[in-house]
Amino acid sequence: MAALHEFLTSLFGAATPTIWIVLQIVAIVLPLMAVVAYLTYAERKIIGFMQVRIGPDRVGYWGLLQPIADALKLLVKEIIIPTGADKALFLLAPILSIVPALAAWAVIPFSDTLILADVNAGLLYAMAVSSLGVYGIILAGWASNSKYAFLGSMRSAAQLISYEVAMGMALITVLMVSNSLNLADIVRAQGEGIFASHGVSFFSWNWLPLLPMFVVYLVSGVAETNRAPFDMAEGESEIVAGFHVEYSGMAFAIFFLAEYANMILVSALTATLFLGGWLSPVSFLPDGLFWLLAKISALLFFFLWIRATFPRYRYDQVMRLGWKVFIPLCLVWIVVVGCWMMSPWNIWK
Amino acid sequence: MDFKSVVFYLFSAVLVFASLRVITARNPVRAVLYLVLAFVSGGGIWMLLEAEFLAITLVLVYVGAVMVLFLFVVMLLDINLDRLREGFWSYLPLGATVGALMALEMGVVIGGSYFDLFENRVPALVTDSNVKEIGRLIYTDYVYPFEVASVILLVGIVAAIALTGRQRRQTKAMDPAQQVLVKASDRVRLVSMPSEKLEDSVPQAGE
Repeated sequence: MAALHEFLTSLFGAATPTIWIVLQIVAIVLPLMAVVAYLTYAERKIIGFMQVRIGPDRVGYWGLLQPIADALKLLVKEIIIPTGADKALFLLAPILSIVPALAAWAVIPFSDTLILADVNAGLLYAMAVSSLGVYGIILAGWASNSKYAFLGSMRSAAQLISYEVAMGMALITVLMVSNSLNLADIVRAQGEGIFASHGVSFFSWNWLPLLPMFVVYLVSGVAETNRAPFDMAEGESEIVAGFHVEYSGMAFAIFFLAEYANMILVSALTATLFLGGWLSPVSFLPDGLFWLLAKISALLFFFLWIRATFPRYRYDQVMRLGWKVFIPLCLVWIVVVGCWMMSPWNIWK
Repeated sequence: MDFKSVVFYLFSAVLVFASLRVITARNPVRAVLYLVLAFVSGGGIWMLLEAEFLAITLVLVYVGAVMVLFLFVVMLLDINLDRLREGFWSYLPLGATVGALMALEMGVVIGGSYFDLFENRVPALVTDSNVKEIGRLIYTDYVYPFEVASVILLVGIVAAIALTGRQRRQTKAMDPAQQVLVKASDRVRLVSMPSEKLEDSVPQAGE
């Protein structure tokens, strides 16, 4: 890395920092896009196997080229703008939904040193940026000038607002026990503790002492990304396809990309905040990036698994779960953790 | 002019433009979106002042939650633009007076500290984490005003819930707790009876 940096300095001189950061961004976004493409493939294959089907197997060996074929198809399709749609906002909406999904990756720590922006308020930044994604969905629904799209976006807006509260409260306990908003520090804090000193840091990660919050965060994460069983915003059997029903071609593909990029982002945040990020679960194996990737993959599998398993929630029950179950639970647990930290049995010193 | 000033003027220009469009945009949804843009640019300016906690909180709370609800409500309203504009000229003197007063007040506060007329200067920029510094100030020096503010907010919450949450008689909402507790015996009654011959009692199909 240092050698590459020197080479760039000799090549570009004063413009090096800009070019260096652009290169780093590309190094994050390009693999992310590849992962998104193959996540769609994995989703179809895994759900296929769970339903005793084969899934895509026509394009390429084992259907491995299927996502590329899909992308090409969407790329050459026409983007139809409905009559009566607000054209500027109609085209702005997909951009507004993909940008936050990508921008939040700036603060995700990939390893001890591998972070694009190691800022103190990293956790807040990630929350703030990911809360902007809802605008893409709302505007898509409104600008399409279609009742199904509008219903979908209204559902989605209400749902996102509700679950963001629960998510934020779950994160308050995490930052209480880590004593930091810096995501890298939060991971480092998870590598210390009684179990970690016995060589099994797996049990020192936040998921165990904060188990109820881990569950709340994970379920809220599924709800935030509009995934089944919380896919009210799309609800194929109720409101056709929800907010993106009027979109076609690349505009639709960008919504699709944003949904999957958000899934990966929520998995990465969960892995970082509750599952020890890049830390190895046992002390005789080295820490590293691959642990983070393994944890993200496991969480993504969980996302696909519940999609294949659970039927869609009824809308009033989604709201009830968010407001009447998760938020009171979080409020109580914040007090519990606070008392725990002030008691002699505090494990986070 | 260094880069920081360029960024400052850029954000300020966007902020002023967006704020003007909030009150001039014909379409209410667009006006709300310009307000969102104004908030984001304001957050950017705060970020330049190294108040990153406030900047991010502004985006998180106002842009991420409050404005979404705002947009939600504005989209659901059936707004007649012409009727909205009817009383413009008769309301203008009052509105202009309020606006001028607000500008004057801001001028006194900002100008006062600019010309060193106040004793309390803005404290030097903190090197420690922004969040820690604000937390310490809120819970030590300003703990009573802060608690009073939170109690006022609590009153607001209670009032809102009391206004909207009263039990309506015609509500058809189901109690999920009762739904979950339902047993098969509440719904179906199994009756055991001996089998009967069909010939005489019931007419056969096709007859």
